[in-house]
Amino acid sequence: MVRPTTDQVWDWLDHVPDPEIPVISVVDLGIIRGVEWQGDTLEVTLTPTYSGCPATAVIERSVADALRAHGIDATRIKRQIAPPWTTDWLSDKGRATLETYGIAPPNPAGGPSRCPRCQSQNLDRISQFGSTPCKAQWRCRDCLEPFDYFKCH
Amino acid sequence: MTQPHDPKHLFEFLLRMGDTTLILGHRISEWCGKAPILEEDIALANTALDLIGQTQMWLGLAAEVEGKGRSADDLAMLRDAWDFRCALLVEQPNGDFGQTMMRQFLFDHWHLVQLTALQSSTDDRIAAIAAKAAKEATYHAERSADLVIRLGDGTEESHARMQAALDLLYPYIGELFTPDAIDNTLAEHGIAPDPASLRPAYDATVNAILAEATLTRPDSTFAHKGGRTGARHSEHLGHILTQMQWLQRAYPGATW
Repeated sequence: MVRPTTDQVWDWLDHVPDPEIPVISVVDLGIIRGVEWQGDTLEVTLTPTYSGCPATAVIERSVADALRAHGIDATRIKRQIAPPWTTDWLSDKGRATLETYGIAPPNPAGGPSRCPRCQSQNLDRISQFGSTPCKAQWRCRDCLEPFDYFKCH
Repeated sequence: MTQPHDPKHLFEFLLRMGDTTLILGHRISEWCGKAPILEEDIALANTALDLIGQTQMWLGLAAEVEGKGRSADDLAMLRDAWDFRCALLVEQPNGDFGQTMMRQFLFDHWHLVQLTALQSSTDDRIAAIAAKAAKEATYHAERSADLVIRLGDGTEESHARMQAALDLLYPYIGELFTPDAIDNTLAEHGIAPDPASLRPAYDATVNAILAEATLTRPDSTFAHKGGRTGARHSEHLGHILTQMQWLQRAYPGATW
């Protein structure tokens, strides 16, 4: 078998969905820190988003499964915590997709810049935490819809 | 030239970090499903999750340093109370929601100064865990300070409860800043800060927030000690462990 290039592997990984927010890929999320051939073994380095995020183990499994589906059996998934994950690593494509999906993308100012549904800037924070460790709950005072905000981290 | 430190000291230090986050994580998970409102329920469960995630890193490194083939799970689930090294503060019962948030506030601000200092540890593994955990602790500290202010400077009832919680929990703070021989050795090697050196920064932040919350800080310096050394845990720890460890005790080696 011809060893696929690492660019090819990155492209495949860009089709592995995040288990909690399946509209974006693990590459969009910025948690794939490296892809490297070591002899005949493909080493993929992953970093967790939050220390206790239960999705981390699922992601490691789906990455290995996806590579196997493309014919790569010898994989090693390495977990690396330094430097710590930051939402700065979210891809532009990922940020745009999040907003279309109804999740306001992270914003350095500390809160969403606008409502992902009606673009209003008239917003209220409901809760500092949300349905997953990476999100908070906000509400739009114009369209009155609550929405998830991907916390800046 | 300083002497090389005993690896046992490093192991003890890592247990102090990991056991403290483990027991507090377990304590606040006790609120899951019954917090006063849904948002607080979610916030407490998420904070617990962060703390348990940090525990996996601290106890994982402790197990590695110990080198006896034990895992983070073994350390968490198969030790008895006298082998735990958590601070007494985190063993204290939840009480009402205000008491839980006061305990969290007093802990979070210690946690944050401790993790900030640990990011410059001469041990890269410790610095990496601290950098990861500090981002989460910053968020926790912001939230608990906000709630202490809102409840302290709230109604007569909420103010009275927050003052009672502060009076009850304050004597557990001193332990966090009291060094022993292990702390001194690690500080000498630049692995961890001297706990006493963190006190001025802690006091400055905590005093300012308590003042804004219209709460009166007790002036006694009396401190309960014995959790971090394992010499004298409070009676509550054993009760927590019976809950937390029962599955592994009843069905040894059970996995998902």
